[in-house]
Amino acid sequence: MSARRMAERRLAWLLCAPAATAMLLVTAYPMLYASWLSLFRYDLRFPDERQLVGLDNYVSVLTSEAWWQALFNTTLITLGSVSCELILGFVFALVMHRAVLGLRLVRTALLVPYGIITVVAAMSWRFAFDPTTGFVNALLGLEGAWLAERWSAFFIIIQTEIWKTTPFMGLLLLAGLTLVPVDLLRAARVDGANAVQRFFKVTLPLMRPVMLVALLFRTLDAFRIFDTVFVQTRGAQSTDTVSIVGYDALITRLNLGLGSAVSVLIFLCVLAIAALYVKGLGVDVADREAP
Amino acid sequence: MTSSSTWFILSFAAVISMGGCQRSSPQRPKLRWYVFDEPSGAFERAAKRCSESSEDRYTIEVAPLPADADQQREQLVRRLAAGDSSIDIIGMDVIWTAELAEAGWILPWPEDLASKAREGRLSSIVDTASYEDELWAVPFTTNAQLLWYRADRVKEPPATWEQMIRMAEDLGDRGTIQAQGERYEGLTVFFISLLASAGGSVLGPDGDTVSLDEEPTRQALSIMQRLAKSPATDPSLATTREDQARLAFETGESTFMINYTFVWPSAKSNAPEVASHMRWARWPSVLEGKPSRVTVGGINLGVGAHTRHPGLAREAALCLASEHNQRLAATMGGLPPSTATLYDDPAVRETFPFADLLRETLRDAVHRPKTPLYVDVSLAISHTLHPMRDVEPAEDTERLRDAVQRALRSEGLL
Repeated sequence: MSARRMAERRLAWLLCAPAATAMLLVTAYPMLYASWLSLFRYDLRFPDERQLVGLDNYVSVLTSEAWWQALFNTTLITLGSVSCELILGFVFALVMHRAVLGLRLVRTALLVPYGIITVVAAMSWRFAFDPTTGFVNALLGLEGAWLAERWSAFFIIIQTEIWKTTPFMGLLLLAGLTLVPVDLLRAARVDGANAVQRFFKVTLPLMRPVMLVALLFRTLDAFRIFDTVFVQTRGAQSTDTVSIVGYDALITRLNLGLGSAVSVLIFLCVLAIAALYVKGLGVDVADREAP
Repeated sequence: MTSSSTWFILSFAAVISMGGCQRSSPQRPKLRWYVFDEPSGAFERAAKRCSESSEDRYTIEVAPLPADADQQREQLVRRLAAGDSSIDIIGMDVIWTAELAEAGWILPWPEDLASKAREGRLSSIVDTASYEDELWAVPFTTNAQLLWYRADRVKEPPATWEQMIRMAEDLGDRGTIQAQGERYEGLTVFFISLLASAGGSVLGPDGDTVSLDEEPTRQALSIMQRLAKSPATDPSLATTREDQARLAFETGESTFMINYTFVWPSAKSNAPEVASHMRWARWPSVLEGKPSRVTVGGINLGVGAHTRHPGLAREAALCLASEHNQRLAATMGGLPPSTATLYDDPAVRETFPFADLLRETLRDAVHRPKTPLYVDVSLAISHTLHPMRDVEPAEDTERLRDAVQRALRSEGLL
């Protein structure tokens, strides 16, 4: 390495330093502190009874029915919402990409749900499905209480998530669509490929990196779902998610040790999902030029 | 997508804005009264009146908290745990006494002031502010559930749960019963009222051991199951809180409702037609011939442990909870008073035409388990018994005992 390159490297590190320090302070420190707390039996109400218990909190969480139930629920919500979002997101992206008339209007309209605060969206859907005040039952001629049954409650939660975040997916995919060279599509057309073939053989492979990044973002987000469930069922009807379980332990019961253990476990799950995408599916998060 | 960070920023901003205005001039200390945001303005008026009558010794500033008791507690406990000295007076939900006292977040009342605070108040309510032989707050408002029914559909109110469910079933479509069955504090309240009416209690007298005697627990659970499975119960029972029950009753499609007294002024203004047929009775009993015992609610005024003005704060709390201000809270805000004689007051009786019944109900009322781990216990109960339609009396008596036991040891997730 030449002296000049060395100097440039040092400068690069220096320039990054403020951002890196800020990140360490606001993310690394709380994470390490939570890991530390998770090794204690520690109730905020009785700070004097704090006691080092090693991995007891983890054993307690991992052997409880509530945690596995919540993990299952969270996975279900994640898979259900992200898969639908991907398909609908593609439709949105294609519409936004191809709209001939009122391109701006179409793009804006599709993005509106994403601009609405999650809590507000969750409440609106809760009211919509409410048997007394909602319009859904009247519209469909039904009488059930949607949020009072497990599977219909899941349906509402998942569809709220889809309604709310599909535009985000659409936006990311739209960015990917604009990267597909028009020349390639034209060439495929000249070679006699029809629209479906062009989409699956040309567009989709070229969009793979973008698609996987979009999926990664959404999966990580969906896994940490909190507000929609909190507003709509508060985890009742066995719709608890891991975040709600963590909230109950940490914020409601003030059980810092147990709650931190749950938080650390959620963090490990998120890490595992990210690793799966990056190593397993070869996502290039840094978004370098695709080959 | 960034909803969690939005939450964080919002709460952060809230904390900053709340903390920003606590400076007080040395001459006239400002006392902050943290209490739920009372919509009628009765608390604001009480605060103003006390500040004026203090002869320039203090001003009381109301710091509004959310309407939901769980959220009030969540906001308060974090500040208390951090030793926030701006918390002078706390509008405490009756269930917080043991927790805040044991954690050292509120100050006990010296005997001379305590006897002043107890004076003339209903003993079941004083009990909610007492913990380990000391008084920790002055009782202010109270609350208890009554049975509300439609006099145009039933002549005599039912005396027991069994009778009520049968009457409702006989009425067919319009016989609907409204109760609270969502998984929240209200479900715990419902269970404890049933259990106490059957002669049982959740914890032993020491507050450290599980009681939940076989017979009363099974009886309470059987009624829950019977109610939830009856065609006469609203299908949304599993998601109903007090307010949903009120709204549903105001549509006129229901005949019975278990609810607090706020439903009366509400029905009079929202649904006068329904209100004209609305009558009240004692909460149905579990055992024939044995009057029900319901759970007492309401708020007591405690003094934060880190306040700079404990003496003034106690004095101000006594003033805020005076008879005059209780009357204000009753007539303006519909909150029942804690002083027994106020139930004979003409203004109060006009607001609560059922004043005698309410006082009688309150005299027999029970307090929810007195343990610093009450929140854990309540979570254990509501999580085990929700949804009510799946309750199996024999099996769930065991499960309930296990869950409460674990909660008391603060072990594991609930």
